[in-house]
Amino acid sequence: MWDKTMVIMLLEGIRDTCYMTLASTFFGYVLGLPLGILLTLTDKGGLAPNKSLYRILDIIINIARSVPFLILLIVVMPLTKLLVGQSYGSTATVVPLTLAAAPLIGRMVESSLKEVNAGVIEAAVSMGARKRTIVWKVLIGEARTSLLVGAAIVLGTVLGYSAMAGVVGGGGLGDIAIRYGYYRYETGVMLVTLVFIIAIVQIMQGIGSYAAKKLDHRNS
Amino acid sequence: MSLLEIRHLHKAYGDKTILKDFDLTVEKGDVVVVIGPSGCGKSTFLRCINALEEIQGGEVLIDGEPIRRSAKNISSMRQKVGMVFQSYDLFPHKTILENILLAPLKVQKRNRSEAEAEAMELLERVGLADRRDDFPRQLSGGQKQRVAIVRALIMHPEILLLDEITAALDPEMVREVLDVVMSLAKAGSTMMIVTHEMAFAKAIATRVLFLEKGEIVEESCDAKAFFEHPKTKRAERFLKSFEY
Repeated sequence: MWDKTMVIMLLEGIRDTCYMTLASTFFGYVLGLPLGILLTLTDKGGLAPNKSLYRILDIIINIARSVPFLILLIVVMPLTKLLVGQSYGSTATVVPLTLAAAPLIGRMVESSLKEVNAGVIEAAVSMGARKRTIVWKVLIGEARTSLLVGAAIVLGTVLGYSAMAGVVGGGGLGDIAIRYGYYRYETGVMLVTLVFIIAIVQIMQGIGSYAAKKLDHRNS
Repeated sequence: MSLLEIRHLHKAYGDKTILKDFDLTVEKGDVVVVIGPSGCGKSTFLRCINALEEIQGGEVLIDGEPIRRSAKNISSMRQKVGMVFQSYDLFPHKTILENILLAPLKVQKRNRSEAEAEAMELLERVGLADRRDDFPRQLSGGQKQRVAIVRALIMHPEILLLDEITAALDPEMVREVLDVVMSLAKAGSTMMIVTHEMAFAKAIATRVLFLEKGEIVEESCDAKAFFEHPKTKRAERFLKSFEY
């Protein structure tokens, strides 16, 4: 069973899994970062408190986060088809993955930004800094280690979701694991893909933690 | 026109009144020391001056112009009022130099080399020029507070508000910070200082305000006289509490 085509398939699986994970996380942040910033600003005690806007965003995120990924995958298929032209394959999987990642990222960003010491923010306010400056230079600048740790967690979660997309032909390692391990009872192949998935998660988590530690100037 | 004018300032948290019908005028060069028991509204009072607190009545005028939280010119108004806090509140992920340069570069849009030259000059003055590339965690409390003072000074504020800036410091570091403040006073800076360092207050003040329960109980333009022979019983009792 370990012929050349199998090796190539596994390598392509790794490539597709990394592609789906990174692309979805990237687009997830494109949506989720502004969401997290907006949540932080509009919450009570934030720089621009707005009770109703916060409440609306809060509810939307909670709803989005309570939809199981497998169901989201199927529900958004029409949208996926519209955007990508097909509903299977790794590029198609990026659409539901992004939609699953964005609310999670919004929450992670919100919690990271809220860790920034209120006194430091107030110091910036007292200097006449405008909200834009405070968001980019103070909130994001000072929360960066926490944001990076959050990003590593998000990557791991998105990778896990991407494997789930294998059930509907989503491509990548999860797809291979399901096709061979579940439908063909080739446990060996499934275990190998599993090892690869674990390795990728480890590497991503490692890079995230290392970067966060490197950028942390709070403690020695 | 006075540098700072406070008229009928009223501040409350819910039903709880913190400052009632507060009036004060500060002229250029004044060093106003605000003292009083904790919870008397001293810090809140300072925070109202650059609109960190919402006020429920009255107004605060700087150069005759009102400072209001929701006003369009709030950024430029706040730049006239420098503030130093008890907990330093330096940006932990920025170097000392970056801490100082954030506001001049991003708020005042000044030229980097010019602002940096001034930052170094000010750091030199407080004896910390060699720490420019360190991070706040590498500095002692007293050093951090001196940096915080520099960070406020580089904005060229018309008035400097110091909110219990030595309260969180170890005793041996209080001196180095107070020396810096004293030299600023001698150079003619206008300041409002909330402090519990009575000997320092006596030495630096051109005016003293004694606050209790959100009201000015005693006001004096002669610091020495106030600290030695306060006119009111309440001020006398308060000053006594610092003696053993």
